[in-house]
Amino acid sequence: MVIAIGFEGSANKLGIGIVKDEEILANCRRTYITPPGEGFMPRETAKHHSENIHELLQEALDQSGITPQEIDVVCYTKGPGMGAPLMVCAIVARTCAKLWKKPIYGVNHCVGHIEMGRLITKAKNPTVLYVSGGNTQIIAYSRKKYKIFGETIDIAVGNCLDRFARVLKLSNDPSPGYNIEQAAKKGKKYLNLPYCVKGMDVSFSGILSYMEDKIDELLKEYTPEDLCYSLQETIFAMLVEITERAMAHCGSDEVLIVGGVGCNERLQEMMGVMCSERGAKIFATDERFCIDNGVMIAYAGALAFKAGSRMSFEASTITQRYRTDDVWVTWRDD
Amino acid sequence: MGEDLKHLKILKQGAEARLYVCNYLGRPTLIKERFTKKYRHPDLDTVITKDRIKNEARSIVRCKTANIRTPTLYLVDFDRRRIYMEYLENSKTVKDFIKNLSNVENSCIIEQIKILAKLIGESIRKLHENNIIHGDLTTSNMLLVPKNENEEINWLEVDKLDLVMIDFGLSFIDSSTEDKAVDLYVLERAVESTDVPHLEVFHDILEAYQNFSENNTKELINKYREVSARGRKRTMVG
Ligand SMILES: Nc1ncnc2c1ncn2[C@@H]1O[C@H](COP(=O)(O)OP(=O)(O)O)[C@@H](O)[C@H]1O
Ligand SMILES: [Mg+2]
Repeated sequence: MVIAIGFEGSANKLGIGIVKDEEILANCRRTYITPPGEGFMPRETAKHHSENIHELLQEALDQSGITPQEIDVVCYTKGPGMGAPLMVCAIVARTCAKLWKKPIYGVNHCVGHIEMGRLITKAKNPTVLYVSGGNTQIIAYSRKKYKIFGETIDIAVGNCLDRFARVLKLSNDPSPGYNIEQAAKKGKKYLNLPYCVKGMDVSFSGILSYMEDKIDELLKEYTPEDLCYSLQETIFAMLVEITERAMAHCGSDEVLIVGGVGCNERLQEMMGVMCSERGAKIFATDERFCIDNGVMIAYAGALAFKAGSRMSFEASTITQRYRTDDVWVTWRDD
Repeated sequence: MGEDLKHLKILKQGAEARLYVCNYLGRPTLIKERFTKKYRHPDLDTVITKDRIKNEARSIVRCKTANIRTPTLYLVDFDRRRIYMEYLENSKTVKDFIKNLSNVENSCIIEQIKILAKLIGESIRKLHENNIIHGDLTTSNMLLVPKNENEEINWLEVDKLDLVMIDFGLSFIDSSTEDKAVDLYVLERAVESTDVPHLEVFHDILEAYQNFSENNTKELINKYREVSARGRKRTMVG
């Protein structure tokens, strides 16, 4: 049995989670929300995290009902992410490890999402669509690596949505993507937008600059709801298309959607239709697990720890760039 | 599925189409039907499907003129979203070929893969010399067929095989180095994510690509390195 605590703060969510093997003992989160029209910057985000992390840690320990002495390993997000916010969590994790005299383990954020998704949905060996504010990747497991089959060649899908929300001055509470999703439900008129797929890769910057450049003109003919609707329909169709291409290439019949954009119900619905047309199964989770959280870091760290992976205290640094396929997946034997 | 295809068996469901085998004017024929994708908006679906069929038909014809081997095009039916083409019954995708090769105990696997890499590099160079950008260069979209139809096939000997390019739905005609460089980068990533028992396979492909013709590829290769570096350096924020 392994009890692990996980600290996550690579973007604007600060999360602390505690797991005992596959059981979730605590899942606490605070989100740094910026005013409409504004994105989150590293400095302010780090400030938010450092102001909240101690209280959140207490909350997580209380919720779990365990004492620090019972913890086997302290996990934190090593990367990828924004430097300053990552550092806040790493420092607190290192301090806890020293204070409690426990080993420390740095986790790849993307791998955290994948393992959390596999745990919650019980998907065995899915093709993974990882969609968030900073990432857009199609991933499949092969020989101890999560290999990247396709990805965005410019901005991430979540970034595209967030920036479009800023153009429309939509609220960032609870998240810009959520507000686009709600607006899109009321959209009726479909606008044809640039569609850009290159093999298993996608590009979103063309669509975004098209919308940004023409927004005043477009708003004369389309409501903001129509535009949200058209944007979602277009970019999600691109994502579903490259996922299907990867599935055909790998001969896979399971899809797992992870990452913050993954809780968008329209995306899940479209993916579900694609799957049913090829006899495949879709797996997705809701916002508790899709959106960045500490549990995913604790759980992925615990898996590696159980498989014998260790990290020296000196190696417990952070890195803004850390590719999913850089991780040696010690805990899978298939 | 079109009503009239109900009696045919589905050969495969590919990345975007269903493939059926039939007999058309006495020849073994593959019907590639880009069926309606219900997940996407009907307007978008119509535009994309039309585009892809057009691209595929156009590039196959262009390859024929340029003496690049592809399945022969028989018929295009826009209304039913279909392309009819030559069915290569005796074929294996490069992906399956490599998988098959990796499963046998054989000391010359690396040799075979090197020959295959040369074949791939040269074929792509031919496409690019004719300004055909494939758009989806993966090991599933290349077929190997026996050079000599009548000989007994040995799926372990590349010398006896020819390479046939397929799946031109994402292809387009362009003479820019950028697009050719991206095509190479897409292939590199596809090769990297396939389990090839010879790690330098892409290097070999690139070398064959460069050596195939007299025309200078320096600018193109520099561009490819730039595109590839851009991809690897892409920041990834959680
Ligand atoms: N002309 C052909 N002869 C034999 N097999 C083919 C032919 N064309 C395609 N195939 C097989 O069908 C698969 C899917 O075809 P493809 O044209 O790539 O469609 P998709 O765009 O759906 O991927 C190929 O990977 C190959 O195995
Ligand atoms: Mg294909």
